[in-house]
Amino acid sequence: MLLQLENIALDLNGKQILHDINFEVQKNEIHSILGANGTGKSTLSAVIMGLNGYRPSRGRVIFDGEDITDFSTSERARRGITLGWQEPAHFEGLTVGEYLKISQRFAGKGFLSPRECLFKVGLVPEKYLVRAVDTTLSGGERKRIELASVLAMKPRLAILDEPDSGIDALSIDHIVDVIKTFSQTGTTVLLITHHEEVAAIADRASLLCDGTILRTGEPHSIAKFFRNHCEECPHVNQPAEEVTSNVRLL
Amino acid sequence: MFDYSKEFEAIARAYEVSGGNPGSLFSKEFASFVVSHHKILFQNSIPGVLISGQETPTGVTAKIIVEPGTIVKNPVHLCYGIIPAEGIQEIVSEFEIGDGARVYFLAHCSFPNAIKVKHVMDAKIHVGKKAEMTYSETHYHGEDGGIEVLPVTKAIVDEGGQLKSEFKLIKGTVGLLRLDYEASLKGKAVCEFDTKVYGKRDDRVFVKESLFLNGENSRGLAKTRVVATDRCISEVISEAVGNAPNARGHVDCVEIVKGRQARASAIPKLLVVDDRAKLTHEAAIGTVDKKQVETLMARGLDENEAVDVVVKGMLR
Repeated sequence: MLLQLENIALDLNGKQILHDINFEVQKNEIHSILGANGTGKSTLSAVIMGLNGYRPSRGRVIFDGEDITDFSTSERARRGITLGWQEPAHFEGLTVGEYLKISQRFAGKGFLSPRECLFKVGLVPEKYLVRAVDTTLSGGERKRIELASVLAMKPRLAILDEPDSGIDALSIDHIVDVIKTFSQTGTTVLLITHHEEVAAIADRASLLCDGTILRTGEPHSIAKFFRNHCEECPHVNQPAEEVTSNVRLL
Repeated sequence: MFDYSKEFEAIARAYEVSGGNPGSLFSKEFASFVVSHHKILFQNSIPGVLISGQETPTGVTAKIIVEPGTIVKNPVHLCYGIIPAEGIQEIVSEFEIGDGARVYFLAHCSFPNAIKVKHVMDAKIHVGKKAEMTYSETHYHGEDGGIEVLPVTKAIVDEGGQLKSEFKLIKGTVGLLRLDYEASLKGKAVCEFDTKVYGKRDDRVFVKESLFLNGENSRGLAKTRVVATDRCISEVISEAVGNAPNARGHVDCVEIVKGRQARASAIPKLLVVDDRAKLTHEAAIGTVDKKQVETLMARGLDENEAVDVVVKGMLR
């Protein structure tokens, strides 16, 4: 087992965002977290990555047998955990090549070159290595570069927060291939998505509902449950992410 | 009496430290103008680029003419500096860029030992029709901070002309900077001001950039990036005036404040006179963006390293 969450709860501004989260991610698996908007998926990724303001109110985060609940984001990254953001930040004056090289400072063995990483995510290296990671990139380009940045780190655990959002439908297959590449090169993937077809590539899936894991199992059965129960569920679009975005501003 | 025979070497060394190539500074292949304190050490004109400088009691005057239609292949090197710890240097310059010409000025200003130095730049720029002028000025200061830098530029850009001006003061201690740049644009003219300053200790940074969009379809951008640390005070005024149909102006200011005693302010001033003009502004002042820092921390950098990467990128 690579990652274990034990009884995780998170309260923000007096509101319970996550509660009673118990689940495990096995080494080398792709594990999907499926859930509707506002059920706490991105918050869960922030808790695992140890982002500021997302320290669990209760429970423990165990990574490869080590309790990392009190570890900073940097310490977690140096142990091999990283996060591909749903809406990645822009960096004025930093080129894509430089951005990818930053990932390699603490990369695992056998990491790919920036050029190879861009190629894997479907971007022409010659065109993108010298471009700035700024707002001149489209949303889709920035998402692909984020994936390349995670690839470049060759992490032990990659948390991919909706890598498929903002990507045109024709490119989804390509993104799916990239996610499989992670797994093939020894990276365990925690894949957060609300697309059933993307979640289906996982070895296992968990359904997040109203801030807790409702069930874990075979991806197709989880996706079927999601389809049949979640669309009309009153828990959808609870203001969880709204609350957490307010916390970011504090 | 300062030994000017050594000044050549000293100014070349300072030029190199500030990022210039001293090999091209004194080459006959390049148009160049090299001033140390009040003394013109070297000036070189090339076909199409005429440089004439004169010494004054407090500095120099310079007239730089780029003849119409001249495409200047190599950068024109301008080097100003004061090597001693004290002194005043006033540079009064006139740039005349002829119609259809294209030229790139690379200016370096070096004050490595300044304790009580005043550097005044008073420039008048005329960019002719469909001409293109790029002016890039980089400062290198010592760590004592005993310097006042007072650059004032008034530019007129004729129809279809382009002026791009970059000012960078990120090495050494700023001291006092009072930058005042202004451009008046005629039809389809384009102007871009880009200022980057890293202030620390007791530095005081005052930046004022004004764009007067007087011609139809003129375009202007005033972009300022300041990092204020320690007890640095920074004040940025970005002004745009839309006086003509379809004129477009944008002012963009980002100031990062690090340290409890540092202060920063941004004042965008937009005035639309012609109702077909459009002006926009954006400003962000405060600490380094949390998401940028966390992204880099998620790649293993510690918080200080992450902030450093963000700041250096912004000032690049």
